[in-house]
Parts: sequence; structure tokens; C-alpha cells
Amino acid sequence: MIADALRAHPSGLDEAFALIDGLDDTLVHGLARIDEERAAALESLAAAFTGSPLAARVTDAIGKIVAGTVTDEHLAVLAGARSALLGAVHDALLGGLDEAHGRTRAPWSVPAAPAASGPLLAGGRSWLRELAIAGWRGVDHEVAGGGAQTVQALLADPAGRRLAVLLDGFAAELRASAPVAGLDRIPVRRWADLWSRALLLAQEGFPVPAAAPADGRFLLLGVDLHEHPTVFRAQAHGLLETPGGEVRLVRASVAAAKVDTISGPSAWRMLAAFPVFRAALAGRRAIEITGMPLITTGDLLWDETCAVTGEAVDPFAVARVRLGTAIAAPAAPLDRHPAVIAEPVLLEGYTAGPESFDLGGVTVAVDLDRLPEAGPITPALVAASTACLGLLRWESGRWAVQPLAVQAVVRKKPVVAHTGDWALGPTEAKAAKAEAAAGTAVEVLSERAGRLLRK
Amino acid sequence: MTIEGAAAERRSTAPVIAPVRPRKLAKVPFVELSEGRLQGVVSSGSDVERVYVSSVTAGDHGLSCNTNNNRPCGGLSGGSRPCGHLRALADAAVAQYGLDRVARYLKAALPDGAGDLWSGLHTTTAPNRAAEVFSGFLRHLAYLEVPPTTDPLPDLQWFPAAGVVRG
Repeated sequence: MIADALRAHPSGLDEAFALIDGLDDTLVHGLARIDEERAAALESLAAAFTGSPLAARVTDAIGKIVAGTVTDEHLAVLAGARSALLGAVHDALLGGLDEAHGRTRAPWSVPAAPAASGPLLAGGRSWLRELAIAGWRGVDHEVAGGGAQTVQALLADPAGRRLAVLLDGFAAELRASAPVAGLDRIPVRRWADLWSRALLLAQEGFPVPAAAPADGRFLLLGVDLHEHPTVFRAQAHGLLETPGGEVRLVRASVAAAKVDTISGPSAWRMLAAFPVFRAALAGRRAIEITGMPLITTGDLLWDETCAVTGEAVDPFAVARVRLGTAIAAPAAPLDRHPAVIAEPVLLEGYTAGPESFDLGGVTVAVDLDRLPEAGPITPALVAASTACLGLLRWESGRWAVQPLAVQAVVRKKPVVAHTGDWALGPTEAKAAKAEAAAGTAVEVLSERAGRLLRK
Repeated sequence: MTIEGAAAERRSTAPVIAPVRPRKLAKVPFVELSEGRLQGVVSSGSDVERVYVSSVTAGDHGLSCNTNNNRPCGGLSGGSRPCGHLRALADAAVAQYGLDRVARYLKAALPDGAGDLWSGLHTTTAPNRAAEVFSGFLRHLAYLEVPPTTDPLPDLQWFPAAGVVRG
């Protein structure tokens, strides 16, 4: 039963986070200023790798950093050590959840190809080194803006897109927070997460998982929306029924660059290049796919030319009948982190409270911070719900469910709401009116771009 | 910066940037709080090819306003009394970020209950920043021309889409 996993506390979890927190704290003050306490924290981290294949490199890199030599290679080892610890936390949490669900997860087997490399990555590494040396407390306007040129160059290169999107989101937070020295609170773990992921992605030869063409019927479970000032992304979770009769848990993702003044429901307009994807979300339709690349992480590399919308299919029905026995995909080794866990789950027969569901014997928190303005689900609907399709996520020491769809009873009438319902524009009158007004932002900015760019 | 409470320091998805509020963009297509300035671009009322580039520095509240071709704004004319463009810029910033956030960024001491940003600004003149602000605006517009991507972008799990501003 899922309740077992929700209650479980994997052994070693607290010890792992104590080591991670120790490392994260050194990044607050910067690697140029390591006092005895922080040196001891780093040395404990190194000691934890005793007996592992990383032991010698971690001990050496941390020794050099404490002694005041901070090279790209030492930083890569430091980020790698942090990533290894969080990867172990990820595996313990997800393993427990899989066991409780009776979920089969395919093993990681396909060798990955190394990504392209180049001078742009060096630019990214150089800014990340500057940040690590200065520490978050040392980030002023100049340091915060130091990665801007690298980001612009990476954005122009499709192979650099992942790093560009990550660095751009991270840099925007640093710019909004600069000068950081004056802040009461710093997002210590978050910035250490973003920094170390970016640093690993900026290494030469970061592995890219292999893709193979897939056929079958994609049955939608729900859509998760992501955003920072310059990106909007819709990530659909669903099941792929293959011609061989296998049912696999997969995702498909479409993302567009945007600016901060385009947000909320009108952000969907930025995804105009994906009419099949959006129509399938808005109409809750199955999608027949033919020869679409599927990577080992369970991610379809969405291609509209390989997709045809089919009949309407109720995601709740799909989940009831097929989700339980679907085969899940593994995370790519270097992506393993508790924050990437997003496991589709169907919850029914619970008692809904304002911020949690009582499943009978165990309570699961509802992540109300992940109810996007670009979709119709509200906290009130969640609190009135009787069934919820969502993603189980782990954050701050506990599991929480992020609703992607709810069935509720409002004024004695049944109501169903899915995050993707507004993919072609809000279906509710008040939201549609607001979207029509806000949506002119896209037109105004495009007009300005047409007149002022390329001059 | 919106992070609150000790627990948020150890949260991977602690929200850092408050979502901006929707506003009309026709008059002021671009506003940002960046590099120690409130800065942005104001469309000319008379010429669709022309924009004004206006800024107010944090701390000493130095004003600057020039066209994108680097001609000084006649309304400001190097003085310390805000022109119409600077007023429009400030109004747009307040609409986008809220009065408190703009006042805090500019280190403006607003009198109790003041609803007008200018009542807390002791303005001076500042060097012309039009070239760098305008190139920032062009970079901003260039995002609209970046092609979409279907890469799975695993790192976006750290960036949930903005929720409704509640409460």
C-alpha cells in the first residue's frame, strides 16, 4: 500500500542531508572564505565517500579547495559528490515508493552518447566558479549578471538549450536578489541544487541518453506546467500502449522561450507551434504516435508530424484501469535528485482537507504552491475533491501530492478540472476575459520586436 | 525576493521571484529592476519607430531619459524633475511589481500611507544609460524569436509554473 511509503523514512536520510547542508553552507559564504567549521563540514563529506569509487578524487578536491585552490576540476568533483549523495536519497525514496505501489521500473541500460562540447561550456563554468568563490552572500549586481553573455550564446545553440534554460532561471533569481548580502534568508539548498546541476551540465561530454522510435497510443494522465521568467513548459504525463501490448509510463514535453510579462493562461499562446499537443490536452484526447523518438528516461521527444489526435479518453478511467501495472522508466543517472521525483498517482476515497488528504490512517499533504494560474484547478476545488490524479513529490522531508486533475462536488454538482483544460485558452468566462486582455502582451511585444530588432 | 522562513532555506523549490502582475504593455513594453536601477522602455506617443529609454537609480534616485537614438528627452532635459516617460515607467513598474517592491529596490522612504512612488524619491540627474538599457530590451524581445524546444529539460522540475497570487 502507498501508505507504507508515505510513512517510511529511509535509513541514512538525515545523515545524507546533514552532509549536503554542510556543503551548501560553504557556498553561502564562498569557497574563498572557508573557516574551521566549514572546513570540517567539507572533510566530513569527503569521509563519507570512503570506500566508494569517488573517494580519492573527493578527498583530493576537498583538500585543495580548503587549502585555497579552486579549479574547475575541483568544483566538478564537489558538484559530483553532492549529486551522488542526492542520487542515493532519490533511489531510496523512489525505491520505497515503487515497492509500495508494486511498480516495475525498467533498469538503466542503454549507453548514453556524450553531448557536444565547446567554448560556450567553458564560459558557463567560469561564471559558476566565480559564484562559488564569491558565495551567495558575495553576489552583487555585477556577479549576478556575469553569466548573461554565455546564456545568450547557449540559447542560440539547440544543443546548449538545457544548460541555457537552467542558467537563465538561476541568474534571474540572483539578479532579483542582488545584492544578496542584505537578505535575511537565502534559498541555500535551492541555489546549491541549481549551481551543482549547471556545473555538471557544463562539463565536456555530459552524457545524453539515447533515443529509439516508438509507436503506440499515448493516453494522457495529466499535464504539469513549469515556468521561469524566460521559459514556459507543458509536460504531459501519460501511458504509452505499444503495439506489443506493453504499457509504459512516459512523458512528453513542449517548451517555449518567453519574457516575464507573459505569464498565467496567456503563456499557452507561446506554444502555438504545437497544435496537436495542445488540442489533445484541451480535449483530453488520446494521441496515436508513429516513429516518435523515445529516450530511456521515458521522455518522448515530441514531434507533431508523428502524432495524430484520436478519440476522447477520460484520464481518470485510464488511471483506474492501466496506471497500476504500467512500467516506469528510470531517471538518467546524473539527474537523480529527490526534486525530480514526480510519480503519477490516482487517489480516491480520501477525506479532503484544506491542505491535505486523509487516506485513512495516513495523511498526504497537497502541494498548493503547484496549482498554476494557467490552469483551472483552485485550492477550493482540491478541498472539495473526491478523486485526484496527481504527481507524488518529495520535498522538505515529506511526500506531497501535486494535483493535475480533480473530480469534485461543488454545490451538489459534479465538477471535473484538469490542468490542461485551458491549453487552447481558458474555458471559464472570467479567466477567458482576463486572458484576452493579458494576451495582447504577446502581440505588443511581437510588434515591438518586428520594428526594433534587426536594425 | 520572496523567500520566507527557515524551512525555505532547505527547500529545493523555495520560491524566489514573485510572479509579476499582468499589465498593459502598449505604452511601456519593458520594465525591469536590474543592475541597481529601475529601467525600461517607453513607446513614443508620436513616432512608432521611436522609443524612450528611461531609468532611475536605486539609492540616489538619479534620473535619465533618452531616445533609442541617444537624443536627450526634451521633457527631462537633463534635470531632476521626472518627465512623462519616467512617470509612465514608474507607473508600469508599480503595476508590474507592486509599490512596496519598487520602493524597496530604489531605497525610497515612502511617507506612511503614501500611494505615490515619487513622494519617496529625492531625484537627481544621472548619467545616460540608454545604450545598455536599450540593448537589454532588445535581448528581452529576442526571447520571442528563440525557437520552441521538445527537450525534456529535467531541471525545470525546480521551476513550477506561477500560481495565482493569493491573499
